[in-house]
Amino acid sequence: MAQDTQENLPVPPPPAAGAVPVSAFRRLLGELRAAALSAVWFSVLALPLVVFRINSASGRIDYLWGRLPRLAAAAFLATLTWRFLLRRVGFSRVRRAVVEAGGPPPEGARGPEGSWLTLLDRAPAKRAILAAGALLLLSIPFWATPYVVTVMITALIYITLGLGLNIVVGVAGLLNLGYAAFFAVGAYTFALLHANLGLGFWACLPLGALAATLLGLLLGIPILRLSGDYLAIVTLGFAEIVRLVLVNVGFTNGPRGIRNIPPPSLLGIDLNGSVKPLLVPRGLLHADMDLNKVFIYFVILAIVALTVACVFRLENSRLGRAWLALREDEVACQAMGINRTRAKLTAFALGSTWAGLAGVVFASQITFINPQSFTFLTSVMVLSIVVLGGMGSIPGVMIGAVVLILLPEYLREFSDYRMLIFGLIMVVMMVFRPQGIIPSTRRVYIYRPEDHAGAPAGDALPPEGARP
Amino acid sequence: MSGPAPGDPVLSTSGVTMIFGGLTALSDVNFRVERGSITALIGPNGAGKTTFFNCLTGIYRPSRGIMTFSPEPGRSIQLRKLAPDRITRLGVARTFQNIRLFNNLTVLENVLVGCHSRMKAGLLGALLRDRGTRDEERAMAEFSYRLLERYGLAASANHVAKNLPYGAQRRLEIVRALATRPALLLLDEPAAGLNIAETRELDELIRFVREREGLSILLIEHDMSLVMSVSDSVYVLDYGVLIASGPPAEIRRDPKVVKAYLGED
Repeated sequence: MAQDTQENLPVPPPPAAGAVPVSAFRRLLGELRAAALSAVWFSVLALPLVVFRINSASGRIDYLWGRLPRLAAAAFLATLTWRFLLRRVGFSRVRRAVVEAGGPPPEGARGPEGSWLTLLDRAPAKRAILAAGALLLLSIPFWATPYVVTVMITALIYITLGLGLNIVVGVAGLLNLGYAAFFAVGAYTFALLHANLGLGFWACLPLGALAATLLGLLLGIPILRLSGDYLAIVTLGFAEIVRLVLVNVGFTNGPRGIRNIPPPSLLGIDLNGSVKPLLVPRGLLHADMDLNKVFIYFVILAIVALTVACVFRLENSRLGRAWLALREDEVACQAMGINRTRAKLTAFALGSTWAGLAGVVFASQITFINPQSFTFLTSVMVLSIVVLGGMGSIPGVMIGAVVLILLPEYLREFSDYRMLIFGLIMVVMMVFRPQGIIPSTRRVYIYRPEDHAGAPAGDALPPEGARP
Repeated sequence: MSGPAPGDPVLSTSGVTMIFGGLTALSDVNFRVERGSITALIGPNGAGKTTFFNCLTGIYRPSRGIMTFSPEPGRSIQLRKLAPDRITRLGVARTFQNIRLFNNLTVLENVLVGCHSRMKAGLLGALLRDRGTRDEERAMAEFSYRLLERYGLAASANHVAKNLPYGAQRRLEIVRALATRPALLLLDEPAAGLNIAETRELDELIRFVREREGLSILLIEHDMSLVMSVSDSVYVLDYGVLIASGPPAEIRRDPKVVKAYLGED
C-alpha cells in the first residue's frame, strides 16, 4: 500500500471493503444451517409425541404427518432467535471485557454487571426505593384480597429461606441440596410441641430455630471434610433421611401429618372477633380477611426485616469475611489463620437457623403439615431463588423469591403450560444473566485522611508501576 | 553443617522426611533460617521445595522430623502436628506459587481477611455490632489501608482483586500475608511470571519488607539473579535431598549445584 512508504511504523492494513459482506453472508448461512439441523433433530425427537397417535377406538395408529411442518418451522425460528440472542450476549460480554481492560475498574468495585441496577447505589434513590418498598409491604393487608396476603406470606417465608440458604451457598460456597430438611425440622418442632405439650407459637419460634441449628451442627460435623459435589450429594441424602423419618416414625403421625396447628397469638386477643369489626366497616380490611393471617403476615415481615439486618451485618463482619474467603479458596483461607472447620460449621448451622424460623411460621400459616411439604422440590426451589436472584446478594435473593413464588401464581391463567413457562424463564435467565437478577456487590471502604491526622508519611513504596 | 556459629534461628528443622506412598519427596532435611535473614531455597523443578513449604505450613504432615519455630528469642514451638490456621496464628505466613487471592473480594477485603486472627469479634459481635466490634472493624480497616498504602496498592483498595494487573496481584498476596503479622514470611516463587523490571522491583520489595516489618524471610525461587542478590544464605534441594548450603557466592561456585542445575558436562 502507498501509505507504507510514508509511515515508519508498520500499520496493519484496513480490512478490505468486500470482506465484510462475504463473512456476514457466510455467518448467516451457518446460522440457517444450524437452525435447520436443530429443527430436523427436534422433529425426530417429537415424532412419537406429535405424529403417532394410538386410536384406542379402532386399535390402530394414526399418523398425523400434517403437524410436522408446523413443528419444524417453529423449532427453526426458535433456534434462530435463540442463537441471535446468544450472539448478542457474547458480543456485549466482549465489549465489557474491553472496557474493563482499558480503563481502571469503576470506583466502587462493582463487577462487570453494573447495569440499570446501579441506580440502587445512589444513596437518596436507594433510601427512597427502600422506603417505598417498606410502605407497600406494610400496607398490603389493608387493601389486598385474602388471596394476595396468603401468597405474600408464602413469598416472605421463601425470602427467609432464601436468605438463610444464601449464607450457606452464596456466601460460604457450600452447596446444600437438603435445605428443606431444616425447614421441616422447624415446622415439626412447632407442630409436635404444640400437639404434645401445648406450647404456643411464640415459645416454639426460638425452639424451632434452635432445633434446626442443632441439626445443622449435627450434619455439619461429618461433612466437614467434603466440599463441592460430594457435599451436595451428602446434603441431598440427609434431607431424604429426614423426610423418611418423618414418614415412618410413629409420633409424627407419618404421611397423614399433624393438624390444627394454631396461629400466633397477640396477647390473647381474639383478632377476628374484636378487631375485625372495627376495621371492615371503615373499608380498611377485606370482608373475608382472616385477621390471624394478617398477623402472621406482619410476623413474617418482621422476621424478614430481622433476617436482612442479621445477614447484612454478618456479611460485613469478621465471620462473614471468613466465609467469603472459604468460598473463594479453602487453602488460602487457612493460610490466613482462619479455622476452616469452625467457619464451615457456623455457616451451616446459622444458615439452618433461618430455615427453622421459617418452618415455624409456615406450620402456623397452613395449620396442617405432612412430610409432603418438605420434599427435594422445596430444596430446589430455595436454591433456585438464591441462584436466580444472585448468589450472595440480599436484594437479589429477595427479588428472586418474589419472582419465583409469584410467577407461578400469575401464570395460573395458562394452567397446563404454567410450569413449562416457569422452566423456560429459568433457562433463559441462567443463559442470559447467570450472575442473577441483582448480582452481589462488594462493600466500598472510603478512607478520609483528615479523619486520621498525624499519619506517618513517606515511609512507603511508590505505587505499582510508578517507577521507571 | 558448616557455616557460621549457630545464632538465633527463627526456624530450624531436623530430619524432615515426607513420603508419599513409595515416593520420598523430602529426605532428612536439616534447615535453618536465622532471625532477620533472607534465606533462599532453590532447586530444580520437582526437587521438593513446595512440599517443604507445605510441611512447614501444616498443609502436609511430614512423615518424620522436627520443625521448630521461634516467633521471638527464647520461645520455641513445635510445628509438626499443628493445623495450617494455627501455624499462621503463631506467626508463619506464606504466599503461593500460583497466586491464590480471594478473587471476588476487594483488595482491601483481602487484607482484612489476613487480619482475621488478630480480631476478636465473634457471632454475637457481628450481629449486635457493639462499640467494641465497630472500633475493631474501623481499626483493622485503617490498618489494612495503611498497609496497602505502604506497598503502593492503596489506589486500588476498592477494586476486585481479580481485576488487578499480575504484578500487583503478586504484591497483594505478600501484603495479605503481612496482615497476619508474621515473624517468618514464606514466599513461594514470588518472581514467577514477572518481567525483568518487575523482578527488580520485587528485589527491592523483599528487602523493604524485611527492614520495615522486621521479620525473617524464606523464599523459594528460580530466578538466580534475584536469589543471589537478595539472600543472605541459600539452601539447594535436589530430589528431596539438601545438597548444599551457604552464602550465595559459595553456592554459585559449588560443583554439586552446578551439576544439579545444568547436568553433567
